[in-house]
Order: sequence, then C-alpha cells, then structure tokens
Amino acid sequence: MNARSFLVFALAAAALAAVTGLAFATGRYPVAFADLLRVLWAWLGGAPHGLDPAIDTVVLQIRGPRVLAALLVGAALAAAGAAYQNLFRNPLVSPDILGVSAGAAVGAVLGIFLSLGMVAIQSMALAGGLAAVAMVYVVAQAVRGHDPLLVLVLAGVVLGSLFGAFVALMKYLADPYNQLPAITFWLLGSLASVSPRDLWLAGPLMLAGLLPLWLLRWRINVLSLDDEEARALGVSTVRIHLAVIASATLMTSAAVAISGVIGWIGLVIPHFARLVTGPDFSRLLPVSIVLGAGFLVGVDTLARSIADIEVPLGVLTAFIGTPLFLWLLTTARKGRQ
Amino acid sequence: MSLAAENLGFGYRGRRVGSGVTLQLEHGEVLCLLGPNGSGKTTLFKTLLGLLPPQEGLVLINGRDAGRLERATIAREISYVPQAHGAFFPYTVRETVLMGRTAHLGLFSAPSARDNMAAAAAIERMGITHLADAIYTRISGGERQLTLIARALAQEARVVIMDEPTANLDFGNQVRVLERIRTLAGEGIGVLLSTHDPDHAFLCADRVAMLHQGRLMACGETTTVMTAQQLQQLYGIPVSVTEVSLQGGGSRKVCLPLGVL
Repeated sequence: MNARSFLVFALAAAALAAVTGLAFATGRYPVAFADLLRVLWAWLGGAPHGLDPAIDTVVLQIRGPRVLAALLVGAALAAAGAAYQNLFRNPLVSPDILGVSAGAAVGAVLGIFLSLGMVAIQSMALAGGLAAVAMVYVVAQAVRGHDPLLVLVLAGVVLGSLFGAFVALMKYLADPYNQLPAITFWLLGSLASVSPRDLWLAGPLMLAGLLPLWLLRWRINVLSLDDEEARALGVSTVRIHLAVIASATLMTSAAVAISGVIGWIGLVIPHFARLVTGPDFSRLLPVSIVLGAGFLVGVDTLARSIADIEVPLGVLTAFIGTPLFLWLLTTARKGRQ
Repeated sequence: MSLAAENLGFGYRGRRVGSGVTLQLEHGEVLCLLGPNGSGKTTLFKTLLGLLPPQEGLVLINGRDAGRLERATIAREISYVPQAHGAFFPYTVRETVLMGRTAHLGLFSAPSARDNMAAAAAIERMGITHLADAIYTRISGGERQLTLIARALAQEARVVIMDEPTANLDFGNQVRVLERIRTLAGEGIGVLLSTHDPDHAFLCADRVAMLHQGRLMACGETTTVMTAQQLQQLYGIPVSVTEVSLQGGGSRKVCLPLGVL
C-alpha cells in the first residue's frame, strides 16, 4: 500500500469513526460525546460511569445494535458490490444483479404472509436470496454458446422480474391492515427493529463471505480482464467466478435478511471508492467497506432524526444515492475509452 | 521442442474452422502465420493456448498433452498477447503488467516485491518505463500493445503467441514492435505471431506458415515459402516478390500488389 492510498484509507477511517460517534450521540435522547465515551468504557469493563442508568439503555440497548447493524450492512453491501463490479467487468453493476434482493424479498414476504416469527422471516429471506442466485446460475449453465457472464446477467434480470411478480401477488393477497404495512416496510428497508441476536446471525455469515474475497483479491483483479485473457494468464476462471459469486451473494443475503432491501450502496460506494483509490481490488475492498459502513450509518442517523416519523432507508439511500451517482457519472470518466 | 500441434482440428462448438494443422515452434525462433481474413488464425491461436479444446488431434507443450495441464502450468510455458484493446477498469500500466505474474502466484497471494521487480524489468525491456504509472485506458494503441507485450514478458513463458501485434499501429510503432520481437527471439523465446502484412514476415520471421480456409497451405523457411505464386494463391490477388537493395549494402525482399495498381 503506497502513501497515497494509506492517506485515503486513514481519512476514510477517521470519517467513519466520526459518523459512528455522531450516530451514537444523535436521537430523541441526545448523549454528549464525553458521556458516550464513559458509557463505552464502563461497558468494556472500566470504571462505572455514574450517569443516569437510562443512558445505558439508550446507548447499549437501543442505538448500539442499530449502529452496529448499519456498519455491518453498509460494509457488506459495498464489499459485495465491489466484487460484482469486477467480476462482471462493469462499474454499473450492483449486488442485486443476480436477483439476490428479489429472491430475499420473496422469502421475507412469504414469511410475513404466513405470519411467521421474526427469526423465521429472516431465515427465509436469507434462503430466498441464496436460492435465487443458485437458480439464476443453473439457468445460465443451460444456455450455451454465449458470453457466460452476459447470460448470467440476463438470467438474473428475467428471474428477478418473475420474483417481483410473486411479491406483487402476495401483496395483493395480503391482509391490508396487518400484513401489507409490514411487507411494504420490509421492502423499503429499515434497521429500526434490529436486535443483538440478528447481529449474531448475520455478522458471521458476512465475515464468511468477506474472507474469500480478501484472499482472492489478486485473482479478482485479473478476472476484470476478458475471460480468455484471464485464462491465458493462468486463472481457472470458472472456479474463481463461482467462489466470488457465492461469497458476495452470502454477504448480500445476510445483509438483506436483517435490513430489508436497501439499494444504491452496492452500486455507488464501490464506484466512488474506485475513483479515490484506483481499481486494484486489494485497495478497493477495504476502502469500499469503510465508505459503505460510514455511508449507511450516516444515512440511518438521518433517517431517524430528520423527521418526526422514520424515513424508510431504501427511500433515503435512493434520494442521496441517485444525485451522487449522476454526479459521478457526468464528472468523472476514468473507465473504458 | 516447445510447442507443437499434431493434426489439429479446431473451431467452436458445432462449427469447424480448420483441420489437419501440424506445426512446431522451437525456442528462439520467430514463426509468422499468414492468412486472409476468416482463415482461422485467431481460432488456431486460442486452440494452441488451450483456451478452446481441440476438435481433433493434439496440442503438445514440451511434449505433454495441453488438455491435461492446469491453466497456470500452461501460462508458465506460453503467454498470449491479444490485439491491443480497451480495458474495463483504469488500471495503471504497472498493474496491468503485474497481472502477467499471476501464474507464478499462489491462489491466495498478491504480487510480492520479487514480482514487482519482474514487472519493472519487463516494462524496461519494452522501453516504456516512462509510462509505468500512466493509466492503461488513456495511452495510445501502440503504447497499449507494448504494455501487453511487457505483460507477456513478465509471465516469463518461453513461448509467446501474438495475435496481429502490429495491427492498428503507425509505421514507426510497427517496426519498433517487430524489432522487439527479433530481440526476444535472440533471448531464446519462441514467438508465434500473425500479421496481415507479408513484408512483416520478410522483416522478422525465421519461418512462415500459411493458413488458407483452415488448412495449412505451406510451412517452412521464409524465403522458400514466401514466393509470388504462394502469396497469390493465399490472398487471391496477383503479387510480385521483388528483391530491393538497401542503401549501405545488403538487400531485402518485399511483396507488392499487381493488377490494376
């Protein structure tokens, strides 16, 4: 890592720390920054803070899991997006390209429709996301004689619209007073109801997906070349494609399972990170993770503090992400000529 | 013997492009493949590189069946220089050349200091050190071609296959690339290249192979194979092969089109 990219990473990490601190402090019950540090120190086993016990509940029980979830989900979506963009050799690709979100939505909406418990709904979302990508992969394997990656994307689009129709059908059939609001809420994405148990479910899965991406970081660079060129350079592309798709899908599914559908992060953040650090995946991945985590913590803090009611996360990321992305698209042309 | 094809049939699924090709490439020689558009040059190259499975016959790398070798093993023996092209992401020239080291890296490894030195050496051999930190997508076609050759050198394979390395280059860059190819052969690397310009074969090739409608029409010493009659048959136009004397002594053969011209 050279001096410039170290500086970029240090700046991004400092910004992440600042946003995270702000997220802990902001809300209906404001917490002074000094008090926040004392509470965290006490929690880590240091001296008791001697403040109002309510502050413990606010920081550790209410905001803690939510901030942690925002960090994890933002990091996972951005990391998966960076991997998918390299794999599909296209900076406009996002983690839902293979139908992860659509499949997870089918699972979660079915769970809500059947009035299942929270854990069951999340498990079904996770299973739905993984199953959707597996189906897309099987369908793409059956189509031969075309660019395999293009076929994957086409299969993802086609099956994604089928899943969308399934979700629409269940919304139509759902009980409009109990189930429909829950479904709509889930489809718009939210971190409001994340519990510590959710983090124990999703965190390890995200790490399990991240590890292969980091280990294969150089191979992932080479994958961004033409398929035949990558093979001529000595890469067994099919095996690495599978490993990267499985890892990125696992991360995305785990994120969607606890947060619902949150768009734009997986598209905009890696794109932005690439402009800052260049395309080398060993720098792109850590910077995407830090920026993604910081972006979602910031947006989630906005979502719960700008209005009397919570603004749905998916709506807010689109409101912020779209102009940001259009700005990137029009001002910075660094890609293919 | 380094790279050989035995009675090779090649093509894509459901479409035969060529057959019956037998040829050999030794370390340290330049073999030039000539053939009109659509004669199957690129398909033949991809089959020799193991990127397409042979439809019949064998590709032998140092006497071993290429179909049974791992991708990385093949890549350590044969490197490939595709036609200069755009890239999808703005890697630097240095990073692009470093990708040539992939076959020498473990599955989970990133390039080490040694790999960086090998890449820097390859960049220097192609005379593009001043471009090392330039963005590959922003340099000219000739510079990209030199970068891709440097990447093949960083791969440290003893055979290099180049698909029309002089296409899209200006006159000066064409000659520079041909000179570098001669230098590589002098260093013991076997070079197999395709070109559309018969004069390039006269300039740099030890031997010439002519591919016509998927079959090997001729293969042998440059001066023996490159006759007016053969070239006429290959391209379907009347040509003349003439010897011109050079200022300062010596002579060289050139190929000129005849007919209405």
